[in-house]
Amino acid sequence: MKYKLKVNGQTRTVEAPEDMPLLWALRDGLDLKGTKFGCGIAQCGACTVLIDGEARRSCTTPVSAVGQASITTIEGLSKDGNHPLQRAWEEIDVPQCGYCQVGQIMSAAALLAKTPNPTDDDIDKAMAGNICRCATYLRIRRAIHRATELGKATASAATGSGK
Amino acid sequence: MSTELSRRTFLRASAIAGGGVLLSSFWEPLEAATKARPRTGTGPVLNAFIRIQPDGIVTIAAKNPEIGQGVKTMLPMLIADELDVDWKQVRIEQVGFDPKRYENQWAGGSQAVPNNWLPMRQVGAAGRAMLVAAAAKTWKVPESELSTSKGKVLHKKSSRSISYGQLGATAATVPPPDLATVKLKDPSEFTIIGTPIPGVDNRSIVTGKPLFGIDVTVPGMKHATYLKCPVYGGKVKSANLEQIRKMPGVRKAFVVEGSSTSNEFGSGVAIVADDFWHALIARKALEVSWDEGETAKQGTAAFDVRAAALFKEPPQRSVRKDGDAKAALAKAAKVVTAEYSYPFLSHAQLEPQNCTAQFADGKLTVWAPTQTPEDGRELVAKVMGIKEDDITIHLTRSGGGFGRRLKNDYMAEAAWIAREAGVPVKLLWTREDDFAHDFYRPGGYHTFTAGLDASGKLTSFRDHFVSFGTEKDFAPSAAMSDQEFPARFVPDLALEASVMPLGVPTGALRAPRSNALCFAFQSFLDEVAHAAGKDPLAFRRELLSVTPLPGPTPPASRTPGPPRTPFDAARMMGVLDLAAEKSGWGKQKLPRGTGMGVAFYFSHRGHFAEIAQVTVSKKGELKIDKVWVAGDIGSVIINPSNAENQAQGAVLDGISEALGQEMTFEKGRAVQANFNAYPMLRINQSIPVEVHFRKTDFPPTGLGEPALPPAIPAVTNAIFAATGKRVRSLPLSKHDLSWT
Repeated sequence: MKYKLKVNGQTRTVEAPEDMPLLWALRDGLDLKGTKFGCGIAQCGACTVLIDGEARRSCTTPVSAVGQASITTIEGLSKDGNHPLQRAWEEIDVPQCGYCQVGQIMSAAALLAKTPNPTDDDIDKAMAGNICRCATYLRIRRAIHRATELGKATASAATGSGK
Repeated sequence: MSTELSRRTFLRASAIAGGGVLLSSFWEPLEAATKARPRTGTGPVLNAFIRIQPDGIVTIAAKNPEIGQGVKTMLPMLIADELDVDWKQVRIEQVGFDPKRYENQWAGGSQAVPNNWLPMRQVGAAGRAMLVAAAAKTWKVPESELSTSKGKVLHKKSSRSISYGQLGATAATVPPPDLATVKLKDPSEFTIIGTPIPGVDNRSIVTGKPLFGIDVTVPGMKHATYLKCPVYGGKVKSANLEQIRKMPGVRKAFVVEGSSTSNEFGSGVAIVADDFWHALIARKALEVSWDEGETAKQGTAAFDVRAAALFKEPPQRSVRKDGDAKAALAKAAKVVTAEYSYPFLSHAQLEPQNCTAQFADGKLTVWAPTQTPEDGRELVAKVMGIKEDDITIHLTRSGGGFGRRLKNDYMAEAAWIAREAGVPVKLLWTREDDFAHDFYRPGGYHTFTAGLDASGKLTSFRDHFVSFGTEKDFAPSAAMSDQEFPARFVPDLALEASVMPLGVPTGALRAPRSNALCFAFQSFLDEVAHAAGKDPLAFRRELLSVTPLPGPTPPASRTPGPPRTPFDAARMMGVLDLAAEKSGWGKQKLPRGTGMGVAFYFSHRGHFAEIAQVTVSKKGELKIDKVWVAGDIGSVIINPSNAENQAQGAVLDGISEALGQEMTFEKGRAVQANFNAYPMLRINQSIPVEVHFRKTDFPPTGLGEPALPPAIPAVTNAIFAATGKRVRSLPLSKHDLSWT
């Protein structure tokens, strides 16, 4: 089957059986390697992408179920890797091995889109589906709070600059 | 007692096109030096290189595998600081595996810091000296009037400065200084070492760049899955290959015999397909008849039964004997005895095992997330019957190591499948493959007996350790050393062991042996402290205060590298006191259901004391409130940002293991198949971990591992303080912690 997917603002065509998880359509079909394989059963969150803004596990989402929904992967989260979460992750020096961090950032992006000022509790709820095997959780939490600040700074700078 | 005795190190400088200089440092082993890992190449070994371009950009080679320990950032920091450049000028270049040029290209055992602390600094300092000499020559002024800062040589007298980039061509003509005697910075002059430097790959990580083994793509590459016998050592008898070959997207399907001598190349069925999903669909239709072999008779229940039986028999072997523990125990005023056990564990590194391999014209190229490329090359050469020189290994970033990637089974499999399939192949394991085919942290059993005198002093100690192995050897990572504390600190002591056979493969898991033994020994010592009516921290201080029996004598033939770091009671007491101070140990009366626990451990040259506070509800719900870490890894914390991250991660990793992790085996196969049956700590369970370092006048040592072991008994000892319930086995999920 041929599927037309809306990925990172572009329409991309991928040849895949209907039960192929979106993860493999992205990685093997479209060469978008940022999204990672971890468990295949939606337990670890390494494969998290945004589907119409919601954090979803691409390893258990069949490509046939995506339809016209808009998919965002890490490659499309920001233009130059300058999303407040990406900047905060670098500033706080979150990664150890780094393998899970894309999934963490995508889950956090979905959280911030809905809850711009999350509490620790909000963060725990939104991020509990993402395993970090190196256990960088304390920094992930800090970085999400920091991204909130960076996001506000960017927003106010944009407003302040006027026309 | 340092590297200079066993090898000669020297620097070579060469000009590069368009100006600039390439500095290469070499190690040449002296003939007298014996080596644990003989190098395959001949002649001097390139140990590090620095390229200074005319525009001032300094490129430093990263030669070791990066598995999340931070080595790709840390080693260049050592060079850059002594070279005296601005970190902003520095670029890092990951080099491939090349044993003819580099040495020690592996990751493990928290060894990167002790192995590289002096050699890398010497390289940087020698480079700086050459640039200063070049400036002196250019300006015709004495070197003594020159200083350096941020990639420039300064002449204060004449207010002149010149960048390293401009000096490169002249520096290339300066005779390199002797590395062993080159002047190093005083630690007060460090500008990079001791400052928080973010990981050099962070940008690529957060933007999803293809850094990892799983991301490798080679032109014409196909995707492979490999189904091995679920029972270790089992063989394929037959498989429905004809049917599989007809399935969509499938290119090849074949049986791989495997090796009968190596446990890193098991028998199985390979399926090669256009993409990974088609390989997986075909695999689901695969029907294999296995010859399961002897290990199918083994399982966790039988191990438990056998351990109980071995405890009733005299120990099979002595690990250490001081005085007469049996006689001393008979005379003791009070005797404490208890049995402890811990389960097998899996590594569960998040990037599943994978390897990409290409075989053409008798030569093999692999891209592998491995901790030990040299071992991998040896293994692959052996199982494939090809020459090591015909194998090229590219190092990728690894999505976690934790000891799993010390083994190279995925490399052997990928190489074999690529040759047989005749196309480049990326082999990827499923998570289920990963749990089913690990080199597990072995479980173990202990019966401890301790004797106290009338004053509550520990005077005799005995451990009967039941582990796995053969008459001759313990299974990998299943041994106990003769230095296990309280050895040397109790006059009458016996460490004894018995073993049972094991078909399941075992290996090193982050802080190997220590991650298990620390729980058992430090928990039992806590019991003894309470039996003595003493504060558990004061009891430990008292134990560390006795004059110990002599430590082990260093081996006569020394391997190259830094001198060993012995267990040092004063250093341990220092971190115990620091942990006590930071946590407020004993300062406040905690309500019933809340308690603090302490533990310490020495491993991988690091001295660590940790204190946990937990709260347990009457119903038995455990909440870990906080962990305080006090560590002594020497005089300098090279990268404080990564150091805190590693220590916090190690503590949370230990807690993750203790809370719910356990691998069990039935009929020789692993029961737990994925994360739903093997819980990993999550963000909502991660608790504050406060990390403190006590700086002491010792060379800096590594941090990948030593913060992990004490976290587990600190928590279980805190549970006792909170509830009166002593946890003598893991995981905690199997215990009822309710109290009234």
